[in-house]
Amino acid sequence: MLGFLIRRIIQSVIVMLAVALIAFMMFRFMGDPVNSMVPEHATEQERAEVRERLGLDQPLFVQYGRFIARAATGDFGLSWRNARPVSTLLAERFPATAELVLVAAVLSLVVGIPLGIYTALRPHSFNAQTLQFLSLVGISLPTFVTGILLILVFSVWLGWLPSFGRGEVIDIGWWSTGFLTASGLKALILPSIMLCLFQLTLLMRLVRAEMMEVLRTDYIKFAKARGLSDRAINFRHALRNTLIPVITIFGLQLGGLIAFAIITETVFQWPGMGALFIQAVNFGDVPVMAAYLVLVSFIFVVINTSVDLLYASIDPRLRVDDAGPAGGGH
Amino acid sequence: MTLLQVENLTVEFPSRRGTLTAIEDVCLTVAPGEILGMVGESGAGKSMTGAAIIGLIEPPGRIARGEIRLEGERIDNLDREAMRRVRGRRIGAIFQDPLTSLNPVLTVGEQLIETIQTHLKLSRSAARERAIDWLRRVGIPAPEKRVDTYPHQYSGGMRQRVVIALALCAEPRLIIADEPTTALDVSVQAQIIALLRKLCKETGASVILVTHDMGVIAETADRVAVMYAGRVIEVGTVADVLRAPRHPYTAGLMASIPRIGEKPDILPQIDGSMPRLNARPDGCAFNPRCPKRMDICTRLRPELTPDAHGDVACHLFSKEPAT
Repeated sequence: MLGFLIRRIIQSVIVMLAVALIAFMMFRFMGDPVNSMVPEHATEQERAEVRERLGLDQPLFVQYGRFIARAATGDFGLSWRNARPVSTLLAERFPATAELVLVAAVLSLVVGIPLGIYTALRPHSFNAQTLQFLSLVGISLPTFVTGILLILVFSVWLGWLPSFGRGEVIDIGWWSTGFLTASGLKALILPSIMLCLFQLTLLMRLVRAEMMEVLRTDYIKFAKARGLSDRAINFRHALRNTLIPVITIFGLQLGGLIAFAIITETVFQWPGMGALFIQAVNFGDVPVMAAYLVLVSFIFVVINTSVDLLYASIDPRLRVDDAGPAGGGH
Repeated sequence: MTLLQVENLTVEFPSRRGTLTAIEDVCLTVAPGEILGMVGESGAGKSMTGAAIIGLIEPPGRIARGEIRLEGERIDNLDREAMRRVRGRRIGAIFQDPLTSLNPVLTVGEQLIETIQTHLKLSRSAARERAIDWLRRVGIPAPEKRVDTYPHQYSGGMRQRVVIALALCAEPRLIIADEPTTALDVSVQAQIIALLRKLCKETGASVILVTHDMGVIAETADRVAVMYAGRVIEVGTVADVLRAPRHPYTAGLMASIPRIGEKPDILPQIDGSMPRLNARPDGCAFNPRCPKRMDICTRLRPELTPDAHGDVACHLFSKEPAT
């Protein structure tokens, strides 16, 4: 297990270095940043000073090295838009996105998996067929459309829930949470539904397909032939085998949730990192964009590595080095 | 008293293009402690008969006619829950492929303990003791340790031993072994068959042994039932059926077993192939391939009739003169 872990960490570091290179290259493609930082009528002398202060006079690989070294300590320089440290900006915005993604992920799990199980166990029932149909709608409707529909129905027509913002938040250290106030919780409902809908339907359909596949296997047939109860067969035997591939997809999709959060945050004016990123794109604020890219990639890598580790704890066949007495002769 | 009695068992599969009859009017009896071999080509209905007896016919298939009685009690019309309690406790089953019969994510012990506790009122520790004991009985070395390992840590032969332990651990009276050795190495096959026979002797269980392998039947079974196109066409003691087969199909089957020492240019075979479910000929289903076909064979279905050497469903042996 340790060897596996070390291998995975080395791979992750390589991935992160590659991402950092791409993020770093962005600075090159955006033209000369000095142009947008100095007054229009600045002299060549003043430009050179700014260039030197930003380290832009150094060779490329030195700049890359510096970028990496500083990124590793969380320092992504100053935002070109409002000259505040990028790390501070992201830290301010991170809790909003994290809470939104967390709620959406939990929602998609606790609703999607049971629905998937239900539709797999009763594939011909009316409810299951209806759910299958609705899930097609959920999977094919663009999320911004569902978001706008949700606003129309629940905010405009019914007036039950707020259509934008995070509501009141409470600061706990540097973390600002909306979980502790009524308005914060209410504000979470619509955005998290919009964000989770795609995941939820995807999970439901995936669990359904996998579980129906597992229910056809020989070991389920043999479990039935031994007279085990339906509960033991469906949940103890079938569900665990079903969840193995589901975990992988969910892990990958968790990254997708963070990416999709950009759209949700835009629709609901949610003060998260996605909204920050969109502002940065509009302004050509490369440090913020680069930092966002690196941070999101980092989250992806951490999730995927955790998924691999989780995998091993569910599927004993992947636990290579605790094989025990191997006898019997393979 | 017979342990199992199957009478006129008919299994049908409704489909869009009419009803398909998988097995038709199958009659069988199994005495306590007896090993009944069941042979026939793929699709003859051997496995379907087994599935019907343990009540695991895949929907939309259903028992359309007939009765199955276990120790005198009808089991073909039990409700789901009652039938579930019969499975594993009174009728055990062993399937073809030991590599896929065990759940990969549960330890062998968990699967055994769960099965034991489903059928017997035992504490977890007592069930674990029993699980270890069963692993020992099926010849797993160091069962105290192996009980906590996963199926992938066993070889194919060892896994089939575990499957046997799982099928037998609640001591059912009848075991349905559906090609238990087909997926195994030849060297392991004999061991597994010998083990199955020994354990059934010890527990007094009867076995229905479904197989393609005439050698296994000859060595293991007491009686043998030959199936063709969904029907039992000949039943008798192994000595009778294998040495002096009477139904022309059985005779052809025996003739097509190559003998050691002879090197025929062409392996003997029965011409043609078994009819599909939806294209069974009238009369005797074997008549298009039968070398001894008579007029009546294309018109009237021969019924399984007993005589001194067992039962055979063939007009050649009908008592009444063919009309």
